[in-house]
Amino acid sequence: MSTAPWTIASVRAALAQKRISARELTTEFLGRIKRRNPELNAYLTLSPERAQTQAARVDAAFSRGEPLPPLAGVPVAIKDVISTRGLRTTCASKILESYVPPYDATAVERLEAAGAVILGKTNCDEFAMGGSNENSAYGPVRNPVATDRVPGGSSGGSAAAVAAELAVAALGTDTGGSIRQPGAFCGVPALMPTYGRVSRYGLVAFASSLDKIGPFTTCVSDTAAILATIAGHDHADSTSAAVPVPDYAAELEKPVQGLRIGVPEEYFGQGLDPEVGAKIEAGIALLEGLGCRRVPLKMPHTNYAIATYYVLATAEASSNLARYDGVRYGLRAQGATLVEMYRHTRDRGFGPEVKRRIMLGTYALSAGYYDAYYLRAQKVRALIARDFTSAFETVDAIVTPTTPTPAFRLGEKTADPLEMYLADIFTVTGSLAGVPGISVPCGKTQTGLPVGMQILGPHFSEGRVLQIGHAFEKAGGSSV
Amino acid sequence: MKITREDVLRVAELAHLGLTGEEVEACQRELDAILTYVDRLNELDVSGVEPMAQVLHGASAGAGTPAEGQPELREDVRRTCDVAAAVLAQAPDADVRFFRVPKVIDK
Repeated sequence: MSTAPWTIASVRAALAQKRISARELTTEFLGRIKRRNPELNAYLTLSPERAQTQAARVDAAFSRGEPLPPLAGVPVAIKDVISTRGLRTTCASKILESYVPPYDATAVERLEAAGAVILGKTNCDEFAMGGSNENSAYGPVRNPVATDRVPGGSSGGSAAAVAAELAVAALGTDTGGSIRQPGAFCGVPALMPTYGRVSRYGLVAFASSLDKIGPFTTCVSDTAAILATIAGHDHADSTSAAVPVPDYAAELEKPVQGLRIGVPEEYFGQGLDPEVGAKIEAGIALLEGLGCRRVPLKMPHTNYAIATYYVLATAEASSNLARYDGVRYGLRAQGATLVEMYRHTRDRGFGPEVKRRIMLGTYALSAGYYDAYYLRAQKVRALIARDFTSAFETVDAIVTPTTPTPAFRLGEKTADPLEMYLADIFTVTGSLAGVPGISVPCGKTQTGLPVGMQILGPHFSEGRVLQIGHAFEKAGGSSV
Repeated sequence: MKITREDVLRVAELAHLGLTGEEVEACQRELDAILTYVDRLNELDVSGVEPMAQVLHGASAGAGTPAEGQPELREDVRRTCDVAAAVLAQAPDADVRFFRVPKVIDK
C-alpha cells in the first residue's frame, strides 16, 4: 500500500466529487487506529460517537447543497492536555485519569466549527513535561518510523498519529520544543506559532509564559490551513493577541527569492550529530538554490537557554500544578487532615518527572533563592530574546537543526534527567523569545531516521515561516 | 552539594509532596546536578537588564512586536455562567453546593 497520505485538499476534493463521504472517511480512520494503535499507543482515548456525529453533520449539510466548510470531514487528533467537552482529558497523568472537562478548548471549538472530525485524544508526556513521551502514565508512544525509537515529546502521540496516517492533522502544544521536536523525530511538519497567536482557553497550563498550541500535518499547506482556523484573538484568553490573522494560504505561494536566511553558528557546534549537520547543510543549500541568501549569524546567549528554560518553566509549573490537590476534580487520596489529603493525592497522582519539576520550581521560587534563580533567569531570557531581535534586523528568518540528534531509542536517556533536558537545546531558544518556528522534514539518516530543519521568524511572521517551509518542501526538502 | 537533604524536605513540604526516603535521595542528587548546570547563568552580567516576564508587551518583548499585540479589554457586561452542576459533578466528594474536604478547624 503506497497511496499518498490524505491531506486537507484531497479530503476536500474527494468529498466534493462524492468519491467518499465524511462518515466513510471517519470509519476508515477509526479502523486504521484500531489496527495500528495497540503497537504505537499514540491515542489514549477515542471519540467514535462524537466523530461520526460530526461526520454525519458534514455529510448532511453538503447533501443539502451547502458549501463544504474549510476543514470538512478532516480527521484530526487532539493532544490530551487540551480540553474536550464530555471527552476524557488526562494530561497523561494518573491525577486526571477520569477527568471529563465540562467545556471545549477554543482551538477545538474552532476546528469543529470548520468541519473537522475529532477522532480522539493523543498520548503525551505527563502534563507535557518531557522530550520522549516516556513520562506518560499510560506508557510510551512508539515512533512509527522505527518502533524501537521514541517519537519525541511531549506531543509524541500527535506526531506519531499524523506520521502513521492515523489522523490527517493533530494539535499539539509547545513549551520548550514539544511540537517541533516530535515533528522532527517522526518526519512531519510541525508548527509552534507566536506566543499569543492561538487561544489557550481550555489548554491545561504547564508554563503560562511559554505554552502554545500548534498543528502537526503531513504537508505545509495543511499546516497553514489548520493555523488559519485556530489563530486569532479570543475573549476567553486575555493572553491571545488581537493581531489580524493573514491569509496564510496566499502567503504560501509567494516567492522566496531574495529572502535572507540567518544561520547561527551556535547551533552547529559540539553535540550536533554529524549526519544531522550534513542534512541541514544540504537543506540550506537547497534554499540557496531557490534564491535565498545565506547570512552567518551569532546568537551569543544560545548556550544559556536550557538553564534559563528549566528555571522558568519549572517555576511556572510548580505554581500551575498547585491546583491538583484532590478537592475539585481528579484523583483524591484520603488523609486525616486537609494537608495530608493534598499530599497523599499528589504523591499518588503525579509521576517522577512531574514531581522533579515541581520540586525544582518550588526551590527556585522559595525564599532566599528567588533572586538567584528565577529573577536572574528572567533577565537572561531578555538577553536571549534580544539575540533574536538583533538577528531579525539583518535576516528574514533563521534556519537551524530542530534537534541535535535523530530519534533516540526508548530507554536511552531515561536514567539522567539533565541529559534529556539538553536534547531541547535548539528549540528552547525560540520558545523563550516567543517567536514562531516550524520543523520541516529535511532528509533522513542512512538508517532511515527523519531529520528536521527548524525555520524561525519574527513575532507573528507565521506567513513567512510557512512560505519558506512550503517552498522547501516543494523543492524536495524531505529527501535532501 | 548545592542542595542539602533538609532543603529537599523543606521544599517537598512547601510543594505538598511527601517523598519516600529513596525519593529524597534521588531528588537531592538530580536537583544538585541540574542546579550545578544552571550555575552558568552567573557567568553573564545582567545588571541593567529588565526581567522578561512576558513575551508580548514591555521593552524586552523582542523582534517585531506589534503594538496591537496588547491584550484587548472586553466590555464589562454580566453574563450567565451556569456550570456549577457540571463542575461539581467532577468533584471527588461534593454536596449539592459544596466541595467536601477533611475537617480544617478543630473545635
